[in-house]
Amino acid sequence: MSDLSDVNEPETWAEHMAIAARHPRRAELVVGLSFLLATLSVFVLGWIYTQNGQPQIEGMMLFVLFGGIGFGMAAWGKWLMPKGPFVEEREVLTSETNQERFSETFQRGRVAVEGRRSFLLKMFIGVNGLMGAILLFPLRSLTDKGPKAGGPLYTTQWKAGALVVDEENRPVHISTLDVGGSLTVFPHGYTDATDDQTLLVRAATTPVAPPGRPDLEKWSPAGYLAFSKVCTHAGCPVGQYEAQFQKLLCPCHESTFDVLDGAAVVFGPAPRPLPQLPLMMDDNGYLRARAGYGEPIGPGFWSRGG
Amino acid sequence: MIGGRNRPIGMRARAAAVGKTAAIKQGRDIDERLGLAGAGRWLLNYIFPDHWSFMLGEIALYSFIILILTGVYVTFFFVDSAHEIVYHGAYLPLRGVHMSEAYASTLDLSFSVRAGLVIRQMHHWAAVIFIGAIGIHMCRIFFTGAFRKPREINWTIGLGLLTLALLNGFLGYSLPDDLVSGTGLRIFYSVFESIPLIGPWFVYLLYGGNFPGNSIIPHMLVLHVFVVPILIAVLLTAHLAIIMRQHHSQFPGKGATETNVVGTPMWPAYAAKSGGYFFMLFGVIAALGGVAQINPIWLFGPYDPIRVSSFTQPDWYIGWMDGALRLMPNWELHLPGHMVANAFWPALFMPGILFTVLGAWPFLEARLTRDYAHHNLLDRPRDRPVRTAIGAGLLTFFLVMLLGGSEDVIAVFLDTSVQAVVWTLRISLIAAPLVVGPVTYLLCKELSAVPSAGFRPRPNVIVRTADGGYEAVPAELHPLEQPEELHPAPVGEATVPEIVPGGQPELVGAGRAPRGPAPPVSAATAVAPSTAPSAIPGVRTVSREDAVEAEVEARRQRGFFGRRRSNGAGGNGPGRNGPDGDGPGGG
Repeated sequence: MSDLSDVNEPETWAEHMAIAARHPRRAELVVGLSFLLATLSVFVLGWIYTQNGQPQIEGMMLFVLFGGIGFGMAAWGKWLMPKGPFVEEREVLTSETNQERFSETFQRGRVAVEGRRSFLLKMFIGVNGLMGAILLFPLRSLTDKGPKAGGPLYTTQWKAGALVVDEENRPVHISTLDVGGSLTVFPHGYTDATDDQTLLVRAATTPVAPPGRPDLEKWSPAGYLAFSKVCTHAGCPVGQYEAQFQKLLCPCHESTFDVLDGAAVVFGPAPRPLPQLPLMMDDNGYLRARAGYGEPIGPGFWSRGG
Repeated sequence: MIGGRNRPIGMRARAAAVGKTAAIKQGRDIDERLGLAGAGRWLLNYIFPDHWSFMLGEIALYSFIILILTGVYVTFFFVDSAHEIVYHGAYLPLRGVHMSEAYASTLDLSFSVRAGLVIRQMHHWAAVIFIGAIGIHMCRIFFTGAFRKPREINWTIGLGLLTLALLNGFLGYSLPDDLVSGTGLRIFYSVFESIPLIGPWFVYLLYGGNFPGNSIIPHMLVLHVFVVPILIAVLLTAHLAIIMRQHHSQFPGKGATETNVVGTPMWPAYAAKSGGYFFMLFGVIAALGGVAQINPIWLFGPYDPIRVSSFTQPDWYIGWMDGALRLMPNWELHLPGHMVANAFWPALFMPGILFTVLGAWPFLEARLTRDYAHHNLLDRPRDRPVRTAIGAGLLTFFLVMLLGGSEDVIAVFLDTSVQAVVWTLRISLIAAPLVVGPVTYLLCKELSAVPSAGFRPRPNVIVRTADGGYEAVPAELHPLEQPEELHPAPVGEATVPEIVPGGQPELVGAGRAPRGPAPPVSAATAVAPSTAPSAIPGVRTVSREDAVEAEVEARRQRGFFGRRRSNGAGGNGPGRNGPDGDGPGGG
């Protein structure tokens, strides 16, 4: 407990007790009006509420209610109550005596713990360590749910021969898209799988392949190219296709990929190209996956490999 | 003199004693069981130094209370399920659309629950103000050096509170499962996934499998309404308890020294003012909740993992983190058999380093300046140019990152390419703090060299002299504007407590005293309290409280509107009771 000191001379008491209002009568009026307004707003608020509510009026009436109470209180405290200044000496938080006494008391107990019965202390420490170790077992149970090698972080439902379908599970025919068109596609039967979403673009009328990789021409029947739609940066859907420049743009963080260069990153924070899905055309002219993705799709993770 | 004032003192004293006795009995009943009178008296006497910037922490505290109040209401209507349903609610444009129960319940809260939209928007506004107030409060603490010994622990706790507030803000923002928040959850999935060693395991635990998983919404609800708020409440309690233990720091001036506190006691003026600010803040948030639309989730639609468009940004307090993700170069660390993904560096590593440095700042500064002394007086920022420059540089760093969070909007606004904006911001992220810091340093030095800078010049009045000339003379300041003469009033006219036999102070605010005119003030009683402290050294503290409490008591007995004018003199405060109420302090 700290006491108010006597720094202030007695004749300054009047200063402490003085109220700040130049016109106390007016200040009282302001406070009173403020409370009165708040009182009135309660009735308006109740009426509005029973009339099925109206957000704007409710908000404004709450403003008048709370604001009225608050302004009245603050004005009352500011103008009509003695405010000081009062001076209080700060309590010194520490003292040598107390520190020494604490140390003595602690030492007294410590002797009893560490002295003759030190073997009990060692046992205590040991059993606590073992307890900590056994508590790790439930953690292992948690990891049972986690990803395992070959788990969903590594694979998708795209398998060799999987039929390419749109959002509505309709197969995509070779004539579905015009040059410059794009479509989000899934493997047949998995239109809800977020990791399987793939962006199909038609870049040309003939097979296209990245420079220096003519072997990939067979992946793009009639100029159709398919890339994983999950951005390799933070997993957003790379949904914007600039047909004129043959670029894919992720709207979340502006990573830009070159469609004609195997979705190589040309701008932004994405560290890797979008994985490409090899396509082929079946006998009826429908697009199918030639194989699954050759690498885990989406952003990197620790166990993904270097 | 008005007739009523000449009533015998004894009558009034007896009437006052009746109210007092009841109050004392109630107080005694409590004290006999809990022994709280001493602590209670200490609390009532607790002194707050006054400065407008001390209100920032109060705003944070009060908006937290408003967050809890509105949050409880909102929780009653929210369904924490990602289970997909078809919407048939009141909002026509989304009827027949597939959506999660979480999103549908938020729509119902907004459109079908009476006052639901107001409360939901108030909750969101309160969160925004909560975090903003914490941020500005923290700047105040930093730039005035309030974090120095003995207040280092509270700085660190405060940083913890900021972190928890950011986390809970993000969790709350993500709960409705609309298109924008779902996008944020996808990004955070990738961020958590990128944590070395435990990332994939942790993110599966949190989301319940591969994105989107089925348990992220119930998990977030538990974290948002239970775990994080309790942590915040615990840290907040520790924060306030430590402040009360150490007392507030204060600015120099007005008799303030390193070893005292100068200000207003908690009771009554500070309690009234601060309580008033609480209600005013509540009012402002209610007004915002009513008329300023925030997070209109019905415009965005439900989250669909294959759909997202440009211009999607998180709330501003997370925006700097999203900006860091956008400005980061496309680097990725490849280790033998393992990978540290790109998102880890800007979203976890960099903030981790920054917050660690910030948390350790009081200790770092003490070591660098070799200043291990206690500090209760605050610095002016200009007097500590290095610290101020570092703070300004750090703020610039955050600001550039925040701008980075909306580079697409900036590019459209400036009609330029996103690439140009990103590269400008990438360079600015390094360069701007290096410019702002030194400039701030030089400005501080300049300001320190001009002693009058920052002081209000004394106004002049033009007077016409006898010979027809004009002359500017310094105006006489109103007494209230003179810092060394606070609220002056003539001593002889001051209202003083009625001296109760036995010297016991009257309890204030307890019981109900009869209304009536104030008692006559005699010169003898006016002088009596002045001599009391020196006569009985041990009770001088009580005497001062007497003075304050008696003034309040006297004012209460004069009545709120029932006070009669005395002699037509509209005196100022205490002076009004005397025969000559127009003292120098009078307006």
